[in-house]
Amino acid sequence: MESLRERLFNAAHESANRCVQCGYCLPVCPTYQTMGKESASPRGRINLVRLAAEGKIDIGEHLAPPLDLCLGCRACEVACPVNVPYGSILEAAKEAIALHHHSAGQQGPSAEGKWKRRVTVLALRRLFPYPRRLRLAGAGMWLYQRMGLGRLVRAAGVLEKRFAPLAAFERVLPEAESPFRRYRFGEVFPARGEKKARVAFFAGCVMDAMMNRINRQSIELLTMAGLEVVVPKGQNCCGALHAHQGYTEEARELAKRNIEAFEASGADCVVNNAGGCGAMLKEYPHLFRDDPEWSGRAERFAAKSKDITQLLVQFGPLPYVKPVEAVVTYQDSCHLRNVQGVWKEPRELIRSVPGVTFAELEQSELCCASGGIYNLQHFQESMQMLDGKMEKAKKTRADIIVTTNPGCMLQMKLGVERAGMAGETRAVHLVELLAEACGIGQGILRKGKAADRM
Amino acid sequence: MNEHVLEEIRRIVPRERIFLDLAERHSYGYDASFGEYLPDVVIQPKSAEEISALVKLCNRHKIPVYPRGSATSLSGGPLPVYGGMVLDMSQMKDKLIIDRENLLAIVSPGIITADIHKKAEEAGLFYPPDPSSSHVSTIGGNILENSSGPKGLKYGTTKEYVIGLEVVTPLGDIIRTGGKTVKNVTGYDLTRLIVGSEGTLGIVTEIILRLIPKPPARKTLLAAFDRVEDSGHAITKILSSGILPAAMELMDNACIRAVEEYSLCGLPVDKEAVVIIEVDGHPAAVEEEIVRCEEICRRQGASLVNVAKDEAERDAIWKARRMVSPAITKMGPTKISEDATVPRSQIPAMMRKLHEIREKYRLQLVVFGHAGDGNLHPNIITDKRNREEMKRVELAIGEIFEAAVSLGGTLSGEHGIGTLKAPYMEMELGPAGLAMMRKIKDSWDPNGIMNPGKIFPRPGQTKVELI
Repeated sequence: MESLRERLFNAAHESANRCVQCGYCLPVCPTYQTMGKESASPRGRINLVRLAAEGKIDIGEHLAPPLDLCLGCRACEVACPVNVPYGSILEAAKEAIALHHHSAGQQGPSAEGKWKRRVTVLALRRLFPYPRRLRLAGAGMWLYQRMGLGRLVRAAGVLEKRFAPLAAFERVLPEAESPFRRYRFGEVFPARGEKKARVAFFAGCVMDAMMNRINRQSIELLTMAGLEVVVPKGQNCCGALHAHQGYTEEARELAKRNIEAFEASGADCVVNNAGGCGAMLKEYPHLFRDDPEWSGRAERFAAKSKDITQLLVQFGPLPYVKPVEAVVTYQDSCHLRNVQGVWKEPRELIRSVPGVTFAELEQSELCCASGGIYNLQHFQESMQMLDGKMEKAKKTRADIIVTTNPGCMLQMKLGVERAGMAGETRAVHLVELLAEACGIGQGILRKGKAADRM
Repeated sequence: MNEHVLEEIRRIVPRERIFLDLAERHSYGYDASFGEYLPDVVIQPKSAEEISALVKLCNRHKIPVYPRGSATSLSGGPLPVYGGMVLDMSQMKDKLIIDRENLLAIVSPGIITADIHKKAEEAGLFYPPDPSSSHVSTIGGNILENSSGPKGLKYGTTKEYVIGLEVVTPLGDIIRTGGKTVKNVTGYDLTRLIVGSEGTLGIVTEIILRLIPKPPARKTLLAAFDRVEDSGHAITKILSSGILPAAMELMDNACIRAVEEYSLCGLPVDKEAVVIIEVDGHPAAVEEEIVRCEEICRRQGASLVNVAKDEAERDAIWKARRMVSPAITKMGPTKISEDATVPRSQIPAMMRKLHEIREKYRLQLVVFGHAGDGNLHPNIITDKRNREEMKRVELAIGEIFEAAVSLGGTLSGEHGIGTLKAPYMEMELGPAGLAMMRKIKDSWDPNGIMNPGKIFPRPGQTKVELI
């Protein structure tokens, strides 16, 4: 049987070897910018993967720490003059690291590390793949918020004492949608006016469970643009979290179920509203590159996969009914911009909203350091990058910071809190802004009521 | 590394800026050229005083010390070839002052060159040297390698802009050379000696740069020729007509085809050479000059001339030039980028020689470069795992240098000598010339600890060995 090193060599050495070490990725790497050392740069990480594949350094002891600190934002791929496939190198390394930890009996560097890894693995294997369990969690969250438990928990400082990062995010979780207002899987929403196309809505796991309202608004906006929307049955999590954490097999299983579900839907394209998920859907062919049975199906699926902003621009304009008098800025979703190459459309849509003054955020293309679950795993590092981002955000004097991915949205909400901007600035998903202007929103400009539900 | 020495180092620099972990050390063992080394310790100094103390320590214990910026070097300048101590200068980046009254920039060595461009432009000023890695390279590494980019023809090279330095000498003393005045003839010009010394004569800790007013307008054209000779004539005719373009870039046919295959830039793939010319200055003068450049190109046989009508068209022209690097790297995993430079009038002859070398050694060799200053970039695209081909590459590199020197040119226009060109130094300088340089090195660095293994060939070494 091939060793872990051989496996890493076969998966990543050829790609890593393509790096000419020119360093053009250094200025765009958020972790190099804040940590200031070569091992925190793409060039450094690629070199370490190559050395580990050649057996010159140890996968667990030497490769894991610098690779774990990578956000996976993929900005380096855009900057790379020779097209080194950093994403696939990172994924192969993450897989090798996960397998290494597994075979070493999950020996984390510390008791806390071990505990964190166990929780992560449990969530990846037992929670995210199951939409019903997630919805249950979402309903739980709704109940928790409705009963005012949040205030109790915060007053008691339970989370603060146990796990500070979770406490931070608990405070900024959006108001959950009532379980009674959620769409059903298998439901079809007719187009308003003339039907221009039939699209299948990819609901996602976190979006469906925790931000169901944004999904519902997304579907409504799509129908307003003349699209018939079906929410295919049998779909599940895109598998990005799994792939990024090195659980490639699990990611493949999730991908297969999604491909099947969407093939059965008979839709012209697959639409999603989360940059991170969309990037994963686009990269399904990579998961099945050695699988002749699935590679063609994955190719066809990926070709049909679109971000909601692309469809709203293509089939718009939306029927705006209400101006949003606000200064609005936009933080790119890394995976929407760097992997899917979508950065014009969100800006175009924001500018199209009546009343909006768009202010470009300096270095909006630099990752906000949410990075999937990076902000939970590396809270300190993430917050350092986030605080730098908020300095730039302050300069825009924006009332609203728009994002296009749930992770980025939560991160920006936390950033707003940390920077003491909660009174004047709100972080929202682009869909919420558009929904507001189309008269189906929840009031996103409640200035002064900083608490909202909080 | 010896525990006593480490203890001494910890008394100079705090632990968090001392890297001993294997992964960290491996991360400072390469640059953008060839070779992979492992230093014993990596330190991120923050002041001249720290560096001075570290260099004195290195002298006491005979530890090689290697200053390193962003490691974009194409010649091996920062490689820790004998292990020892790497000083990562990239984090010494506190100071970037634009002095508008004296037209100066005063900067820390870890400042990125492009940030100087940006700050200077905000003040309506201009720092012309612009190597293609300027958005990555530190100014410290940039001036020590003396790399300049495409604007050397009109605006001069990096060394013309460095007028003062603070340097930690190889013995650990902190000295200042030059100053804030453009004129300065007090004693030997140590500033010029340090600039381009590739870190072998000391570690630069502060730099005073001269700035000039920003030219208000620019115009760009692209001309294609059926014969390389014609493009050479066009270049010399333009320069002898009294026009001094800000940039004159040349690509040969192999390069044109590579770019066009990689990304459609609209380049004519059947032409032997393409020249990009940019003029800048007063708007009226620029309008007139670009028209004359176009006329001259046509008269010299250009079969196609495009003058950019706006910024978008200008970007499209420069995009073709920027695509050269990714395009040729697609041809193979290993790229050897040379920068042999010849007197401008010899460009057509040099191009002919390069194409002969390409045929003789059956290599993928493309040529582009800064035609205005004779600085060509012949690039060999190969695969370092192919040992047989690499042997042919080694021979071809030697012949490229011979060709350049025989035409009255030089081994390197801006990439530096480092490890890769050291074996050919005597070919250009002769034994006495090289010995003179060695004397300077030995008197500055009697213990041979400052970036050893660079510039000077090892005894008996007469050609580069890549594998």
